Amino acid sequence: MTKVLAASTDPMFGLFSVIRDDGSMSDEHKAKIPDALLARMYREMRRLRALDERMLVIQRQGRIGFYGEVKGQEATPIATGLALDAEDWIFPALREGAAMLVRGFPLDTYVAQCFGNSCDVNKGRQMPSHYSGKSVHQVSWSSCIGPQVPQAVGAAWAMKLRKANTIAVGFLGDGATSQADFHNAMNFAAVFKTPCVIICQNNHWAISVPSKMQSASPTFASKAIAYGMPGVRVDGNDVCAVYLALSDAAARARDGEGPTFIECVTYRMGAHSSSDDPTRYRSNEEVDAWRKKDPLDKLRKAVVARGLIDDARDEALFNEVDNEVKAAIVKVESAANPPRESVFEDVYGELPWHLREQREELLASAPPPAHGAGH
Amino acid sequence: MRVMVESRMRELRYREALREAMAEEMERDERVFIMGEEVGHYQGAYKVTEGLLARFGAKRVIDTPIAEEGFAGIAIGAAMVGLRPIVEFMTWNFSAVAFDQILSNAAKLRQMSGGQFTVPIVFRGPNGAAKQTAAQHSHAMETFYAQIPGIKVVVPATVADAKAFMKAAIRDDNPVLVLEDERLYGTKGEVPDGDHVEPFGVAAVRRAGEDVTLATWGKMLLPCLEAAEQLAKSGGPSCEIVDLRTLRPLDHHTVVESVRKTGRLVVVHEAWPYGGPGAELVDRVQREAFDALDAPVLRCTGRDAAMPYNKKLEDMTIPDAKTVLAAVRAVMAY
Repeated sequence: MTKVLAASTDPMFGLFSVIRDDGSMSDEHKAKIPDALLARMYREMRRLRALDERMLVIQRQGRIGFYGEVKGQEATPIATGLALDAEDWIFPALREGAAMLVRGFPLDTYVAQCFGNSCDVNKGRQMPSHYSGKSVHQVSWSSCIGPQVPQAVGAAWAMKLRKANTIAVGFLGDGATSQADFHNAMNFAAVFKTPCVIICQNNHWAISVPSKMQSASPTFASKAIAYGMPGVRVDGNDVCAVYLALSDAAARARDGEGPTFIECVTYRMGAHSSSDDPTRYRSNEEVDAWRKKDPLDKLRKAVVARGLIDDARDEALFNEVDNEVKAAIVKVESAANPPRESVFEDVYGELPWHLREQREELLASAPPPAHGAGH
Repeated sequence: MRVMVESRMRELRYREALREAMAEEMERDERVFIMGEEVGHYQGAYKVTEGLLARFGAKRVIDTPIAEEGFAGIAIGAAMVGLRPIVEFMTWNFSAVAFDQILSNAAKLRQMSGGQFTVPIVFRGPNGAAKQTAAQHSHAMETFYAQIPGIKVVVPATVADAKAFMKAAIRDDNPVLVLEDERLYGTKGEVPDGDHVEPFGVAAVRRAGEDVTLATWGKMLLPCLEAAEQLAKSGGPSCEIVDLRTLRPLDHHTVVESVRKTGRLVVVHEAWPYGGPGAELVDRVQREAFDALDAPVLRCTGRDAAMPYNKKLEDMTIPDAKTVLAAVRAVMAY
């Protein structure tokens, strides 16, 4: 860990941040975040916000069955996608799917996951917002809250056994720190000294349960102390801070120094999911206070401070990414459903006789009436 | 059972057969490794992994912290990126702690990812009642796992099967659960030399007979054989014994075929009676061999209660030759 980062990230009380209120940053940080990278971060976040807004509307219109908004938490998945090597593995939780996009997964195929049709690489088997893409080394999160974190540690450990210079990053929310799988992951990661980073996106709410009801630890980062690994507390709304903290932790892992636990302090600006109404359990004052810390606004200040954008160019950028999102939706929404017999594919590597029997039985029955996108 | 006539046979114990299978596969494929509680320095709680640490080293025979859910998850993650783990549960009872990782992750990841990710993994360990190990160490867990699409469930009853199916399990690209048995670990049997693997989903007729079919798996093969032997000696009905060997896939065809010949069926298993592969067999037989049945199908199962510690009560709770005999007499008397 670099001295600068270590000194500013006391797991109990520290909060590592990079972008100052006026959008400036220290010369040291500026050197590590060149203009091109900062502009890229901004474009990715602009696009992710536009995607979120459109997908939420689509869900409200009944065109997809579910959606998990990322709004307010975009900094971490974007920083992750940019800080890792292409070969590194990502085991996300609900709101980090978009790291895939940053690592080059096609936007239309990504959107198709929410429609679950024949353009979806998951063949319509996963709920929306459970993206995965082996091509970009990213698995889907586990709805059970937590199981993906020991899996990330296992993948990292496999990398260590194979002497690959590759790491794995596992994500969870503040609520999932209550799960045994969090404990398992932290313990195994430290005992086996695996090359991994475990990131907790502390968005303060596990659906309706506030983080103080999940844990009596002074901070989530401080939990790392008991497991024997460094804990780092980072402003999770500052994409540059997350990028630098993760880059450091990743370098540490690659150097054989073992795991790091990062708490990204952030806020879920929207609902937990399209099935949730947060006005029932949290105050407008609280939401307004966090809205002032919107990661997109914070990043925009930094981009403006560097003179990389002005209002006209920002509007043009918004139109560009929004059109990209619209085009992706149009391209995949009306694709055919996966064929009905495809439910028997991938149960096993091969099609065993008992599934062949069931498949024949299904195909002998009348097909369902022709239908559109199926949701 | 497929036996290679030309191959030399050797006598091994069940635990040695399992160990040999794992060692041979570890020699054959460097991606294969073993992890679990006490598998290394202690040589395994039941000595199945004895000697493997010395032979393969601590990177391939790994003692883990006590956390079934944890090391199941670790192994699944390692399998997803290309290794081939063998996970030992000290007993299958403790696999309940890891159930979510097996049910919602190992079994479903290939399906949920549209075939992008595979989980080539073996979960193994002793299953069912040992001797006076009571409620939390005696569970016959196969019923739960046999329900799950995406995994394969193996219950080897013989020493040769223990070796051949363990090798097949390690080579399989799907998650395979091998449910062994503490009471079988010390049993001896002939094992063919050489690279012998068995296909999943092919039952074995362990004894040919005319009057009644006994369908069973795992260690319950032993009381079935004993009962059949006693009946043969006393001039009683002749029993055909079908050992299912794998519960998923479940070779009901061999049972149906046998029932077409005998007209009677008793299903014998140690697990609780409610539902499960035993009931599945009964369903298949009534659908596919209804006309051939001369009597209702009976099941001879563990009692529907937690396993007691007391020896007399335990003996009464698990099927034995006596209860199998009673069931055979009942279907013959119908």
